[in-house]
Amino acid sequence: MLELLWLIPILPLAGAAVNGLLGRRLPKALVTAVGVGAPLLSLLVALGCLWEYAHGQFPNDAYDQVLYAWTTGDLSIPVAFLLDRLSAVMLFIVTFVGFWIHVYSAGYMAHEEGYSRYFAYLNLFMSAMLMLVLGNNYLVMFVGWEGVGLCSYLLIGFYYDQPFPPYAGKKAFIVNRVGDFAFLVGMFALFANFGTLNYHDLFTTIATQPGLVTDHYTMGLPLASFVALCFFVGAMGKSAQIPLYVWLPDAMAGPTPVSALIHAATMVTAGVYMVVRSNVIYQLAPGVSQFVAVIGAATAIFAATIAIAQTDIKKVLAYSTVSQLGYMFLAAGLGAYSAALFHVMTHAFFKALLFLGSGSVIHAMGGEQDMSKMGGLKKYLPSTFRTYVIGALAIAGIPPLAGFFSKDEILHAAAANGQWVLWAVGLITAGLTAFYMFRSVFLTFFGSFRGTHEQEHHLHESPPVMTIPLWILAAGAVVAGFVGVPKVLGGIDRFHEWLQPVLFHPGQPEMGAGTEVLLIAIAVIVAAAGIFLAWRAYGGEDGLANERAWAARFPTLHRVLANKYYVDEIYDALIVRPLAVLSRFFWKVVDTYVIDGTINAGAYLTELTGDVGRFSTTGNVRSYALYFFVGVLLLGCWIAFG
Amino acid sequence: METFFGLLAGNTLTRLVFFPTVAAVPLFFFTKTASKAAKIYVLIASLIELAFGVLYLAAHLGRDGGFPLVHDTVLSWISGYGVKYDLAMDGISMPLVLLGIFLLPLVILGSWRGITEHWPMFGASLLLLSTGVLGALLAYDLFLFYVFWEVMLVPMYLLIGIWGGERKIYAAVKFFLFTMAGSLLMLVAILWMAWTFQRLNGGVWSFAYDDLLRLNLPLHQQVWLFAAFALTFAIKVPMFPFHTWLPDAHVEAPTGGSVILAGILLKLGTYGFLRFALPLFPHASEVARPLLLALAVTGILYGALVAWVQVDMKKLVAYSSIAHLGFVMLGLLAADVVAWQGSLLQMVNHGLSTGALFLLVGMLYDRRHTKKFDEFGGLARVMPIFAFFLVFASLASVGLPALNGFVGEFMILTGSFRTLGWPAAVATFGVVLAAIYLLKMIQLTIWGPITKDENRKLADLSFREIAALVPLCVLMLWIGVAPNTFLQPSRQTLETVLAQYRQRVDEPDVRQASLRPATTGAEVAATEAGR
Repeated sequence: MLELLWLIPILPLAGAAVNGLLGRRLPKALVTAVGVGAPLLSLLVALGCLWEYAHGQFPNDAYDQVLYAWTTGDLSIPVAFLLDRLSAVMLFIVTFVGFWIHVYSAGYMAHEEGYSRYFAYLNLFMSAMLMLVLGNNYLVMFVGWEGVGLCSYLLIGFYYDQPFPPYAGKKAFIVNRVGDFAFLVGMFALFANFGTLNYHDLFTTIATQPGLVTDHYTMGLPLASFVALCFFVGAMGKSAQIPLYVWLPDAMAGPTPVSALIHAATMVTAGVYMVVRSNVIYQLAPGVSQFVAVIGAATAIFAATIAIAQTDIKKVLAYSTVSQLGYMFLAAGLGAYSAALFHVMTHAFFKALLFLGSGSVIHAMGGEQDMSKMGGLKKYLPSTFRTYVIGALAIAGIPPLAGFFSKDEILHAAAANGQWVLWAVGLITAGLTAFYMFRSVFLTFFGSFRGTHEQEHHLHESPPVMTIPLWILAAGAVVAGFVGVPKVLGGIDRFHEWLQPVLFHPGQPEMGAGTEVLLIAIAVIVAAAGIFLAWRAYGGEDGLANERAWAARFPTLHRVLANKYYVDEIYDALIVRPLAVLSRFFWKVVDTYVIDGTINAGAYLTELTGDVGRFSTTGNVRSYALYFFVGVLLLGCWIAFG
Repeated sequence: METFFGLLAGNTLTRLVFFPTVAAVPLFFFTKTASKAAKIYVLIASLIELAFGVLYLAAHLGRDGGFPLVHDTVLSWISGYGVKYDLAMDGISMPLVLLGIFLLPLVILGSWRGITEHWPMFGASLLLLSTGVLGALLAYDLFLFYVFWEVMLVPMYLLIGIWGGERKIYAAVKFFLFTMAGSLLMLVAILWMAWTFQRLNGGVWSFAYDDLLRLNLPLHQQVWLFAAFALTFAIKVPMFPFHTWLPDAHVEAPTGGSVILAGILLKLGTYGFLRFALPLFPHASEVARPLLLALAVTGILYGALVAWVQVDMKKLVAYSSIAHLGFVMLGLLAADVVAWQGSLLQMVNHGLSTGALFLLVGMLYDRRHTKKFDEFGGLARVMPIFAFFLVFASLASVGLPALNGFVGEFMILTGSFRTLGWPAAVATFGVVLAAIYLLKMIQLTIWGPITKDENRKLADLSFREIAALVPLCVLMLWIGVAPNTFLQPSRQTLETVLAQYRQRVDEPDVRQASLRPATTGAEVAATEAGR
């Protein structure tokens, strides 16, 4: 089975090609069969490969598959795939969650225009994402990295004939490119020093001779720090960290299953995967690692505060995603790479679930996304309601759901490293998370319906093709955490053990079992308190009444939060506008006046010389005699007095 | 003893260069209104030329994928001054020659509807232009090179001046004068070199590339000669700040003219650096490197920024060329084999993706007779096929991995980061700017709601138009996915040239001009074997 590894990204690519080129002429059933079938086959092959990998012995604990030489010579890069313990985890998440989101899409998009185009893009995304995850060198990762960016661009702008979605897509692509720029520079630095971009070669060399990256400087920084910083800036773009997170909330303009797949479960976690993949380098760059942790924590709490004041259900989830990604970087920065990846996995389940749940709600509401027009939906959408609450409990960190275990590991890592400030920030964020998630639960499903009569008339539970994926993901959100039950709670932390061989770091510092249990208890209490406060504030008949009163009392604070701290406006004023002014100056002034002006001046000078020449060459013999005479006179003076 | 006409009849470079001229002759006897016949005739001629190109490649491409230096039989031309008719192809000129030949039929398809007057003359100009371009790429004698270099000017001047837009005369004259200004200095430099050569060679003149390469000149002489060559080529590339003729020329030129101009003519500038300016004057180029680097990097950023604020679609693409060729220059200046491979590939890439973009702009112009962004918007709804190709070509131009532009940029930047450091890092920021201006172009033309009523009933691309674009897109994808096939033919050539260049850069400056010993055939064979 393992020799079919290459098929995993190729199958969805073929699906994309069929639907993209022929989709408009194919019957809808066939489009669905191809669009959902390709990821299904991909999932089956992936499961087969994983089974064989888990039960086999491999050199370096990894299965390498070289397809062909992309380039040879000095820059020698193969197109090659790698299945190791790290890519195995990602492979499972992407194919499993991806497939179920494809199933859901078949229902969600059934009545939309551009059905085949949608599946072509979505399959293309799967292909690129799998390439990103499976590559055995940074270049293949980058190919996937930009490929998912392209699909994200196309899918955010899926409703292309409206003004906003294409704009949001463009913004996403450009902000991501800022990160990609840094990623590229990081690759250049690695290549310049090691002549390869292959993971295994790089990491073995660095791990055995750390001096190569700590004592050599590139552009003023030790090589390890330089590369780590570049890669992290790349991750900031893809994984929406401060200051490059601004594209993700706008990305919600795409269809909701897209938000679930790309902007929650898979693509946005690529940055975390990249940092974990490069853990050898990060371990040798402690300063940058600390920076990663701080940015992660800051993003986590910053986005959580914004999420509190959003009324668009998808915006709440979007900021929640930014915040949770911050958690993952907090963990990675602390050196708790397995905790970061654990959270990637549990988050993939519960956040995809929440997004698909919100999609089901939006579907029932006829496209309405504003929670202030919802309320009391639990009796109309029982399955959606139940699964959504499961997702909310999981993300809030209520035991024994998945989010509890992964979040606990992250907080534990902060505490064990003595980073109590980061721990506190993480804890507060956990409380805020529980609060805003249950705010959305109460506003959407409890109280009385606030929409129009027509909307109320049309309220209906989604068809099974959508609810079955919800239940599958809900099951994942419940059980996924059990692979990482910490030892102090009687587990064996299987997830951590699984990843140990690919992690350079020997392990996290230990702390006393009593303290650990105490910290877990505090975290659970804080989460419960968040839910309780949300219930007190929004649990009534008119869930928004308290919020309006609160907003009236602190108008400035509410305005700042509701407007997301005006970051978009600040970027526009500080970067976009000045750059546009400068560009116009280059065009209208430098090109037109300075450069062409200089050349035209040269032309005028020529013309002037010609005019003077024409004036003097009159053909009049007497004037020539005069010139001659003056000339002789001057010459005579020069000889006589010179 | 071979004659010129003997060469013309065989599978030779002479046939590649002069078949278009021969094919152009009957066009002078077509009546002005015989457009249809002229179109078909020129298309067939261009396809025959393409077949000749493929035949030549098939005959000489090595089994290992490399492409060795091949000369046509050398003929004496101006015997008193040692001027020879000497055409040769190697791994550097091969990709560019094939690109030029490959673009010609597509250009003709792209001009089918846009050119309404004097089709026979238009076709003849295109064919003569091909002769000039291919000749300049293949000339191995500097005098011959200069002749072809100037021959290129005239048909291009006519293409802009006769079939151009509103300000065609202004643009044509500007194009002519800019290019001419540089090339006269180059002529002086070539003559001076040939004169020096005969002075050191016992009065026997030669303009042959290999002979002039033997000149070992002191730095103070190299500097002047390099300046003359570099200025000529920098104008052609065009490098900042000699670029202002380009947007005007593009905006006024007809679609076909723009495709040829961007696709292949500009490459003569970068080719000139790689073939002549750097290898002939190693020390001077070393001295000038910081300045040229600064101009190249400035061009990348400047071209991109100015492209971003354009209101005319064609001008945006024109400015993007300045940025793209800035990358090529950066790679050449890096003097690194990976960067050189990238630069050569990027010359081809730019021809493909920018060629496609100009064709697309032309297709829009044929329908709407405007290129202004505010006249478009929402075209994806009425022209989905057009939208597909526009997105595809733009993404190639942006440098999206798995398409061609990425390979070139990546290799250029990887290689130049290795030798140059931070200038390459600064230049990398150009990839961000490329996304900004090209996505803006896509956004303003095809996305969003349709705002103009005229756009509601636009016809999508015809079969002919699709036929012009598909070959380009296939190549873009092929190069992006499996670049090795395209890099392999040039690698050995570039490695050899670079090794010699680097070795000469490292040699100490000399006090007086001297002549290096001629490399004999045996030595060449030895170095070949040693590789």
